[in-house]
Amino acid sequence: MAEPKTKYDRQLRIWGEQGQAALEKASVCLLNCGPTGSETLKNLVLGGIGSITVVDGSKVDVGDLGNNFMVDESSVGESKAKCVCTFLQELNAAVKARFIDEYPEKLIEMKPSFFSEFTLVVATQLPERSMVNLDRICRDANVMLVFARSYGLTGVVRLSVKEHTVIESKPDHFLDDLRLNNPWLELKRFSESIDMNVPDPVAHKHIPYVVILIKMAEEWAKSHNGSLPSTREEKKEFKDLLKSKMIGLDEDNYKEAVDASFKLFAPRGINSNLRQILDDNCAEVDSRSSDFWVLVAALKEFIFNEGGGEAPVEGSIPDMTSSTEHYVSLQKIYQAKAEADILVMELRVRNILKKIGRDPDSISKMTIKSFCKNARKLTVCRYRLVGEEFSSPSLPELQKYLTDEDYSMAVGFYILLRAVDRFAANLNSFPGQFDGEMDEDVSRLKSITVGLLTELGCNSSILTEDLINEMCRFGAAELHAVAAFIGGIASQEVIKLITKQFVPICGTFIFNGIDHKSQILCL
Amino acid sequence: MHTDIEIVEAEQTSIDCTMADSTANSRTRDLDKLLLRPGHLIGPNFEPGPELRDDLQEYAKVLVIGAGGLGCELLKDLALSGFKNLEVIDMDRIEITNLNRQFLFRLEDVGKPKAEVAAKRVMERVSGVNIVPHFCRIEDKDLDFYSDFNIIALGLDSVEARSYINSVACSFLEYDSEDKPREETIKPMVDGGTEGFKGHARVIIPGVTPCFECTIWLFPPQVKFPLCTLAETPRTAAHCIEYAHLIKWDEVHNGKAFDPDNPEHMQWVYTEALKRAELFGIPGVTYSLTQGVVKNIIPAIASTNAIISAACTLETLKIASGCSKTLSNYMSYNGVEGVHVKVTEFVRDKDCLVCGSGVLIELDASVTLKKFINLLEDHPNLHLSKASVTHQGKNLYMQAPPVLEEMTRSNLTRPLFDLMGQVARDTVHVTGMMSKNDKKMSGLRKLRVVFKGVDGVADMDSAGSA
Ligand SMILES: [Zn+2]
Repeated sequence: MAEPKTKYDRQLRIWGEQGQAALEKASVCLLNCGPTGSETLKNLVLGGIGSITVVDGSKVDVGDLGNNFMVDESSVGESKAKCVCTFLQELNAAVKARFIDEYPEKLIEMKPSFFSEFTLVVATQLPERSMVNLDRICRDANVMLVFARSYGLTGVVRLSVKEHTVIESKPDHFLDDLRLNNPWLELKRFSESIDMNVPDPVAHKHIPYVVILIKMAEEWAKSHNGSLPSTREEKKEFKDLLKSKMIGLDEDNYKEAVDASFKLFAPRGINSNLRQILDDNCAEVDSRSSDFWVLVAALKEFIFNEGGGEAPVEGSIPDMTSSTEHYVSLQKIYQAKAEADILVMELRVRNILKKIGRDPDSISKMTIKSFCKNARKLTVCRYRLVGEEFSSPSLPELQKYLTDEDYSMAVGFYILLRAVDRFAANLNSFPGQFDGEMDEDVSRLKSITVGLLTELGCNSSILTEDLINEMCRFGAAELHAVAAFIGGIASQEVIKLITKQFVPICGTFIFNGIDHKSQILCL
Repeated sequence: MHTDIEIVEAEQTSIDCTMADSTANSRTRDLDKLLLRPGHLIGPNFEPGPELRDDLQEYAKVLVIGAGGLGCELLKDLALSGFKNLEVIDMDRIEITNLNRQFLFRLEDVGKPKAEVAAKRVMERVSGVNIVPHFCRIEDKDLDFYSDFNIIALGLDSVEARSYINSVACSFLEYDSEDKPREETIKPMVDGGTEGFKGHARVIIPGVTPCFECTIWLFPPQVKFPLCTLAETPRTAAHCIEYAHLIKWDEVHNGKAFDPDNPEHMQWVYTEALKRAELFGIPGVTYSLTQGVVKNIIPAIASTNAIISAACTLETLKIASGCSKTLSNYMSYNGVEGVHVKVTEFVRDKDCLVCGSGVLIELDASVTLKKFINLLEDHPNLHLSKASVTHQGKNLYMQAPPVLEEMTRSNLTRPLFDLMGQVARDTVHVTGMMSKNDKKMSGLRKLRVVFKGVDGVADMDSAGSA
């Protein structure tokens, strides 16, 4: 077997060949290569990212040796970007690595066009003003952006993309798409063809639970004006009815039917998440719409027409106690329905493309197929510009966080991370950065924090003295372990954005290194 | 040596004003903020100052178990978090599939022992750090070896290995007369684990927070397919693969053991699985899936390992220095949908056989060591076979290696009471094979042996605490 594929085996099992191909095509730019930045890139280089560009204007000093694995004693006095880049290249020869010995702030101010060549920019340890400016630049150039920062025992990761749409969100637990409460003709017919009173006990205990539930639901509906069990009593009664059909204690198929009966009780039709996407303004498509929204428009038509209120059938079924024959037949029935739904969807997609003046074949069959299979799990993430969030955060949310014990420390750090940037903008150093002025710095930081909260409209809320003191104690230290944590999260989010798989963080991740109660804040 | 330290300390106090600069320009620039300054949200025994930093470097010894995905990160993180005395133990050699996350290894290292390469790479880059590698199984080391460390960091992927190390760390634990754990006998552990985008980090302070065994239900035994499904009603690709692997292989290869690392064996299983799948009309058998099912491959990526190891390292630093509050006591991480971090405070199992005060065993003074060993096998809570027995660090009987077995064999016929120096009651440590969920695994148990009728007071005492 070829070396590269074997090397990536453990991750291919997570994001597949397609995800890997997307990574290998991507070019990522890193701003500032302290430990937070270099650890982020390390994880991406190991995974086989296409190319990296390391931007940092500083020279390696002795202090860097204590927190950055990618510099060593021989590199003191040299360009940090160069040293980090050299080490990263050693990790994976397949990655194209280059560096630029320049301060990121300078590029942001002087050469905004620089950023447009990248798939994604990872900006680490940037102060607020540079963050806001860079965000605008990347948004205009349609470049994805990930901010990451480590600060003492806290840190932050924030993504910024105008819109990120996910077809393969791959959630952990998701209800199987079995249509037990709304079976189509072929599925009904197949169920009818199976005799629940078959005398052979071996055959009896190998009737798949899907069939048992469909048949029993029909029986129930006949005596209940066509409706399925809905109240707690009815559901219990239904389960008892299932149990009464057992002829032996070892009938796993009946036990599975009882356990899976909640799938039958679930409401018909689409979930609220999908409804929200269908109702999105973007689902009204024109020639500028992305493929995703063209597909959503087709899906909307499908659901209101052929789907009868349902999305296309997913097509795969979970393993269940069954004879091989019944199971394979069931599999084929679900697959056939899924394929029929895909065909209908394809027609609708091609029609819409034609209508909006695009090449009808510009969306591949494979994409349509994947879209249908994941139709119930589609995800759309939109991000405010950080500048907007900073000047007008969602006040109800902010107040909720400030009063919620689970969030109080995280939101405290969120506020303080902004406050230290104001501190630094005024005083040219971070609070507690140098020994000797701790007491003054604590009171200065406190008044800046109060001012910031007042500006945001939260004047009644005051952060605890303890947290403000801790923030000063941190003195802008970039601890290696915290940087490795933040870098880990940042690289994971980069992978999600580039592969368009899984769901990225839709808010601001605040790391709480004190008791590990980290949180996501949606402001 | 002693005077040297005094001189350094004297200098520090006299030139306090220049310390800011020397700190700002030193290797410990960032760490010093945490270790030298007083804090508000800190651990109970935090005494900030240069001594704390220096003691951490000089005296704190941390053992890292495993030099894989987590172990590589742990070694790097610890080396850059103020620890200078590290050891690492791992029995594996580097494989090509490690390279997507085990960043201390290169293509040309494939086949070399992980522990040795990992230790060498970190020492090359972080000067002043000493890492001693141990290329062996965790069971190969005796209790003395483990007792030498202040903290044990676990970067493992198996329940059995965690369970074993946990029992080792808990075996040192002693309780005082009020049933409080003796501080100096507590061997803290931090434990990490990952699978794909998910993971956990936890802190185990034996006697204080739940040990691994207290919460063993967090690791439910792996579900296996019933043999009748494989033989009679296969439905999925995995069923076909396990049929070829578990049933067909033995039928065809009379007695030759299946070796998952032999590509020819794997190819054979794949081909057979494919045939069976075709026979039953089952889709989905691929070579990659065959490997995944047969070797029980857990998907693994660099980012999750980095996150979990970083959390473990931070907790190690906090336990060793008190510089911040610690995780209490279990953090679960899930990065599939956004990021979910959840902290759960689990509670100890008061009846835990491992981190409790030890299983009480009452014996007649005449019972021989051999009879004692047999008794352990039948004991309802222990089921410990092939036991080796140590008392106060002295080997009473060792099953292996042969030299030790021969040296200790003559003890078997002597009364345990005599071998233990004729004390009325004391603790002995036994290691051997335990069976759990049909699985045999190495284990270690701490036993409180009380000799009946030797000392009336002891009898009453034990009856009261039981
Ligand atoms: Zn326990």
